[in-house]
Amino acid sequence: MIVKADLHIHSVLSPCADLEMSPVNIVMRAAEMGLKLIALTDHNSTLHGPLMRTLAEQHGIYCLYGAEVNTREEIHCLCLVDTEEQRLALQEFIEHNITRIPNKPDVFGYQVVVNEHDEIVQEVDYLLHAALAKSIDEVAEFVHGIGGVFIPAHVDRPKYSVTSQLGFVPPSLEYDALEISKNSLVEQFRKSNPIKLNTQFIRNSDSHFIHQVGSTYTEYDLENLSFKCFKEALLGQGHSSVLPVV
Amino acid sequence: MTVKDVVEALNLKVYSGTPGLNKEVTGGYTSDLLSDVMGNAPAGAIWITLQTHVNVMAVATLKDISAVILVKGLEPEANTVAQSNNEEIPILGTNLQAFEISGMLYNLIHSK
Repeated sequence: MIVKADLHIHSVLSPCADLEMSPVNIVMRAAEMGLKLIALTDHNSTLHGPLMRTLAEQHGIYCLYGAEVNTREEIHCLCLVDTEEQRLALQEFIEHNITRIPNKPDVFGYQVVVNEHDEIVQEVDYLLHAALAKSIDEVAEFVHGIGGVFIPAHVDRPKYSVTSQLGFVPPSLEYDALEISKNSLVEQFRKSNPIKLNTQFIRNSDSHFIHQVGSTYTEYDLENLSFKCFKEALLGQGHSSVLPVV
Repeated sequence: MTVKDVVEALNLKVYSGTPGLNKEVTGGYTSDLLSDVMGNAPAGAIWITLQTHVNVMAVATLKDISAVILVKGLEPEANTVAQSNNEEIPILGTNLQAFEISGMLYNLIHSK
């Protein structure tokens, strides 16, 4: 089955995301846009995952758990997992390693968890934008250790990317795919970055506003709609695959 | 002025790359964005940074950096040390932060 996926979406929990980015609104928009696979990737938090998954299921959409983790080098990386156990492990890893800086909502924005009625049920008081005390290699190792997928985000961008912070993609870095933004071409990126030939590229919206959800996506040919098949598609295993990303 | 002169004058720790201590120092550059260093650091400079990743050594080699100073007591990762020894570009260390060590290095270079 061909599946349209947007795996980089911020909810209202991310300080920089619009207040309209509640799980209810995101799922509605994802359904309108024909997405079948999504991932909620707030900055350094997975707390909206369970509600998103429940809501997504009602629309026949599969929602992966995840976070956009900020490494010690200030590189944003998508960390995607599937089970509640993995989500809790990822959440604990983040909470244990993040630099605790009190959030100033009037400067950085609100960091709230809401319920299915868009009522605030929790406010996170430390800044979710902060970096972890773990290097990109250590984060990758942890994510792989719990069976997750590790994807450096918007690798072509001039800030918070592996290329802006470390100059180029480290040859020793263990990643499952690289996320390239909509403004760049894979071929051009490859020209200036000597990366592994079998590197899989994907594109996502990095939505902070509701109209952006699904505006950029990647199509996958999955044997069935599951994390296992998604992972196999990225790694070129089994009968699942990623449709060409240029 | 050599890297060794700088080490002695600023009381720096030497982590690795000791054969490079006789390299000539002609300036300094302070930045934590490796993409920025790749674009802008002058050859012969001592590079002051908090980044400890192995890519630091690749960029230092590319730009003909004379030595790297890690600030705030940060220590290089094992593969970064290995690369420093291979390339003979010393990795040095200080407990001072970047502002302080940059000022001291600036004064040292410009007083000669």
